[in-house]
Amino acid sequence: MRVALFVTCVNDALYPSTGIAVVRLLERLGVEVDFPAGQSCCGQPQYNTGYRRETEPLLRRTATAFAGYEHVVTPSGSCAAMLREHYPRIGRKAAGEGRGGELAELAADLAPRVYELTEFLVDVLGVTDVGAYFPYKVTYHPSCHGLRSLGLGERPRRLLAAVRGLELTELPGAEECCGFGGTFALKNPDVSAAMGADKIRAAAATGAEVLCGADNSCLAHLDGTLRRAGAPLRALHLAEILAATEEEPAR
Amino acid sequence: MTGTGGTGPGAPTDLGMPGFPPFPAAAREAVRDDTLRANLRRATHTIRDKRARAVAELADWEQLRAAGKAVKDHTLRHLDRYLIQLEAAVTAAGGTVHWAVDAAEANRIVTDLVLATGEREVVKVKSMATQETGLNEALEAAGIAAYETDLAELIVQLGHDRPSHILVPAIHRNRGEIRDVFAAEMGRWGRPAPGGLGDDPRELAEAARLHLREKFLRAKVAVSGANFMVAETGTMVVFESEGNGRMCLTLPETLISVVGIEKVVPTFRDLEVFLQTLPRSSTAERMNPYTTMWTGLGPSQGAESDGPTAFHLVLLDNGRTDTLADEVGRQALRCIRCSACLNVCPVYERAGGHAYGSVYPGPIGAILSPQLRGTASEIDASLPYASTLCGACYEVCPVAIDIPEVLVHLRERVAQGGPVTREGIRVRIRPARGHTAERAAMRAARLLLDHPGALRAGERLLARARRLRPRRLPGPGRAWTDSRELPPVPAEPFRDWWARERGGRA
Ligand code: SF4
Repeated sequence: MRVALFVTCVNDALYPSTGIAVVRLLERLGVEVDFPAGQSCCGQPQYNTGYRRETEPLLRRTATAFAGYEHVVTPSGSCAAMLREHYPRIGRKAAGEGRGGELAELAADLAPRVYELTEFLVDVLGVTDVGAYFPYKVTYHPSCHGLRSLGLGERPRRLLAAVRGLELTELPGAEECCGFGGTFALKNPDVSAAMGADKIRAAAATGAEVLCGADNSCLAHLDGTLRRAGAPLRALHLAEILAATEEEPAR
Repeated sequence: MTGTGGTGPGAPTDLGMPGFPPFPAAAREAVRDDTLRANLRRATHTIRDKRARAVAELADWEQLRAAGKAVKDHTLRHLDRYLIQLEAAVTAAGGTVHWAVDAAEANRIVTDLVLATGEREVVKVKSMATQETGLNEALEAAGIAAYETDLAELIVQLGHDRPSHILVPAIHRNRGEIRDVFAAEMGRWGRPAPGGLGDDPRELAEAARLHLREKFLRAKVAVSGANFMVAETGTMVVFESEGNGRMCLTLPETLISVVGIEKVVPTFRDLEVFLQTLPRSSTAERMNPYTTMWTGLGPSQGAESDGPTAFHLVLLDNGRTDTLADEVGRQALRCIRCSACLNVCPVYERAGGHAYGSVYPGPIGAILSPQLRGTASEIDASLPYASTLCGACYEVCPVAIDIPEVLVHLRERVAQGGPVTREGIRVRIRPARGHTAERAAMRAARLLLDHPGALRAGERLLARARRLRPRRLPGPGRAWTDSRELPPVPAEPFRDWWARERGGRA
């Protein structure tokens, strides 16, 4: 099977290790990975801040880059939600405003082919044990878009629970937002920081060594909060845990 | 807090921090107030857990939710028809219907009605509509004293405070604070609090009961709101927990109800859905303790019967018709004011209700106020951004209002301007002030992101400069580095790794 990787702009520029982990993991599971070079940012920051028109060229670019692939896999719940939930909305609005039906068609064509990484592993490949080894105590924060827009449910936890050596502890208040929220972190810094502080306090209290998530935007906020607080806990993307083996441990 | 109609001079609270949008500034104060945060956290977490349990008991919750949404959507689509039907039914039952286009008109109507009775005192049943119009202040200006009878509302009124929650207006107060307010203020309004009052909830409730009883027995005029109005019968419906409302609705001679036009439902049967979803969503009860219904003056037209001898219904628009004209935003009018979205909102929990600068705080306030009042003021322009878009509000809303969708829609209105309806006229508004730099940055980012060559060059520049990475950023980035570290910049972007390792096609 051949899939296209949508690495996302945040992972491309700041967390290449996550993208590399996805490639290694999928290849280990016998999947051939393509990286269509035309991809860029999905436009979520612009869209969520109120600049819908600015996202239209990015919709076109993303849909064109992934045209023809049966599966587009991305290690980000919120970017997957953007492509699946908001692209069709943006397309319909553009059509309604008289800019033709082209964007709507592109969005409708792309949306059903988009998979967040854990959905792809569990639903398409049908695996929960990906043969990983990660001998640490881990707690999992389900980011809001993965949790509520995509309905990832237990998929991430099932994947983690099958990792050899890994001890999974339940995060109290797991379903509460971490306070990142894209530009929310900049526009409402005090509330954002207070939410982040509560989240890392809850995570640290579990005694975990690693705070795992499936969205590097939330993790950048949480990891930055952890490092500022000097907490003995680090944030790590789920893909990097799933890619880790005895021979090739995670960073 | 004064609500205003359409383009009127919305007098939102300016929290006096020039250069900062009001919500973030107000929220900053709240976040630093440890007592407030602890009060809010305790209250919201208790009620949200209880709600989840009460909702989980019903196997058909999702169907009830869909049914509630459908009833409301249908009514809103034919609102003109149902309001005219309602007016006819209320009139036939001996009531009088008044139409108020905005807050000022509603207040004028109520004030004139009270003055005509010769009374200078009214008792009030908790009502969001009269808070929205600032009725108490208007009555006071006309020499009429308005007494709140809802316990939490009474605490707010006695404490010279503002409500901070739509169901539990004094949610931000703890028992000790309430005791102090009662002891200091009750005597100035009527029967004083008993000497040596403690902070036991039962003792506090008893003090309020005695204080209020005196008011009920004396009052000749009552002002109420309503949770629902039934078009086919002209029936007003009030859901409550304490029973004080029922006292107001039966003892006085004149009853004046001020109700938003969106509260109408077509038939009596339609109440079935909301009798199940509202109490579970708001107080986590299977059924609310008191449901009071009245239809005009009833069959005997008041002369020989119990209850008021005059009934007036003031139907309040105040920006609702304009909101109805907006395809995405109109779903906010489905709201049944259960407050589940407030209780589950992590931003409300930290910022508190006052930060929203309106009687409608929390997620619903963030989408309702900028529609009812317009986005011209700083506070109203900041409200659509007072959310992380986490979606918890949408998940709990018993009428399935997609609050995140409306927030993003209103952000667009603030950031880019666009078509809105104001006083019935379709106009294009300009972007709100203060978004010029942001707009330029978004545009620049889009241009960069849409040109992968430039993007790659940028990423490489960043990688090369990684050792120079500052600990503190200037400009808007400062908000990030004030409380968090920046992520370390990697040696090479993913794109370059791919090109090196997997075939050089990037
Ligand atoms: S928006 Fe929904 S959850 Fe919030 S108060 Fe209204 S009905 Fe309740």
